[in-house]
Amino acid sequence: MRRFADLYGASPLHLLAMLASVALAGYAALELFSSEPILVLVWFVGAAIGHDLVLLPLYALVDMALVRSSRRRRVDEVTARAVPWVNYVRVPLLVSGLLLLVYFPSILRLSSGYETTTNLSADPYLGRWLLVSGVVFVASAAAYALRLRRSAPG
Amino acid sequence: MVTRLREMATGEQAPPGPFRRGFWRSPLRGPWLTSVFGLLLLVGVTILFATGLLSYAAYNPELAGNDLTPGHGLFGSYLFDWPTRPSWLYRVTQGTHVLLGLVLIPVLLAKLWSVIPKLFDWPPVRTPAQAIERASLLLLVGGAVFEFVTGLLNIQYWYVFPGSFYTLHFYGGWVFIGAFAAHVTIKLPTMTRALRSRSLRVELRTDTAHTQPEPPDPDDLVSPDPAQATVSRRGVLGLVGAGSLALFALTVGQSLGGFWRGTALLAPRAQDPGTGPNGFQINKTALSAGVTDSAQDDRWRLELLGGDSGMSLSRDELLALPQHTADLPIACVEGWSTEPQTWTGVPLRDLAATAGVSSPQSVFVESLDDGTFGSTSLRGNQVLDGDSLLALQVNGADLSVDHGFPARVIVPNNPGVHNTKWVTRLTFEV
Repeated sequence: MRRFADLYGASPLHLLAMLASVALAGYAALELFSSEPILVLVWFVGAAIGHDLVLLPLYALVDMALVRSSRRRRVDEVTARAVPWVNYVRVPLLVSGLLLLVYFPSILRLSSGYETTTNLSADPYLGRWLLVSGVVFVASAAAYALRLRRSAPG
Repeated sequence: MVTRLREMATGEQAPPGPFRRGFWRSPLRGPWLTSVFGLLLLVGVTILFATGLLSYAAYNPELAGNDLTPGHGLFGSYLFDWPTRPSWLYRVTQGTHVLLGLVLIPVLLAKLWSVIPKLFDWPPVRTPAQAIERASLLLLVGGAVFEFVTGLLNIQYWYVFPGSFYTLHFYGGWVFIGAFAAHVTIKLPTMTRALRSRSLRVELRTDTAHTQPEPPDPDDLVSPDPAQATVSRRGVLGLVGAGSLALFALTVGQSLGGFWRGTALLAPRAQDPGTGPNGFQINKTALSAGVTDSAQDDRWRLELLGGDSGMSLSRDELLALPQHTADLPIACVEGWSTEPQTWTGVPLRDLAATAGVSSPQSVFVESLDDGTFGSTSLRGNQVLDGDSLLALQVNGADLSVDHGFPARVIVPNNPGVHNTKWVTRLTFEV
């Protein structure tokens, strides 16, 4: 047993679980890749790369810029220190961004068949997303104003 | 230079940037936080997979014309006769599948964020175990994102994925779930230990100023050089929860119907297509099916086949047969559904008897629509349920062309697309 762990780097259970998973994936992949193998592979690997090397770095950079600018600005040293504003931008920005990430095909009207298929209008989604985003930002601003007021001296 | 390269290759010195541990400075990354998201995904993905399997069974893929994944092999070994009761079952399971999938997106993103430094582990491979595990993680992450993305695109009618949604989402789901089960098997002890290492109650009471990094862990999730916290763990959990709640609140109405449909501001089925008896959701209009003219042709007849006999009936002749009324919803694989509508028409079992097959194994239903799902099969238990109708009217009015005029199938607990519209022929199989 020791010998195995030294050579392999983990327990036999680890190897078993891995082999089972790869075998199952292989069995499913035979069918998954049966019609458009290259394109499906591009989509599958692209899904991982698209998240790990595009989406995540993108939002991390935006967040980093936000945090840096919140540290640099010294409008009012006292209040800024007492009530950091960064999360009052972060939260609405993330909620609005998440809604766009999930519903961008509807918001940007990317489906050519939606209206004829459903007999519904594709028009409202952009406006609704802007409206929801606006409400979230205003609510966050109001919450910040309230916090500032509470922490104001006197 | 040569020495540097050798150092890099042997792992003594990682290349600069994300490959160095000090690059990752969030004070929140650590096994406890990762495990909280992991536990939520463990429960959530299990429900997603189970409801996904149910939806596959609901399509009765063993019957002629129903299976878009004929090579399913062992993946069909669990299949069972999909019941007709309770009539709202598919509405609930498929509504749950889609809604839960949406709500889990922020959790999945947070989980992946929490472990991103592991992608840049240096050296990339230390042992055979690590090599095979990293390959399996590509299946896990690629599979998860692939499943969520194909699902999201399908419910929004943007068919840019390479092939049939059913094929991709079904086999992709199996690739993903295999990697998921292996990951859970390997990581369960780590997750349990990590969850016990901190108290959720204490974390929920800790603000940003008092947020400290977790102690160094063997998996190197915790930053060796953590920055000062700008948000607490409570804040991160709250943020993920807020994201999930926003998606839930802006979508759930399309599965509840009635007043609530109007609250699903961003969901694909947030509006009603019209008013009056036929004003409820249309899966696929007559225009998009290309049947607007043929469905309104006076020469339309229903062909009834079974055993050795065959006959054809006009709409008036169908209306002259004993009519039955049933309140049944329409529930789509895309997660939206309607409240029960009041359908009136001829029970399928009466038509089976008329065709000379009193207890059919199945019925093959053909439509004027010759696209995907134009022709489907229903199983014997579905034909024999007293509420299964060849409907001619809905909510007291004739069916509109978009809802299947001159006649359509409506069966309790049947996936929407199997409630075939613009029916031209019923073939009852003994």
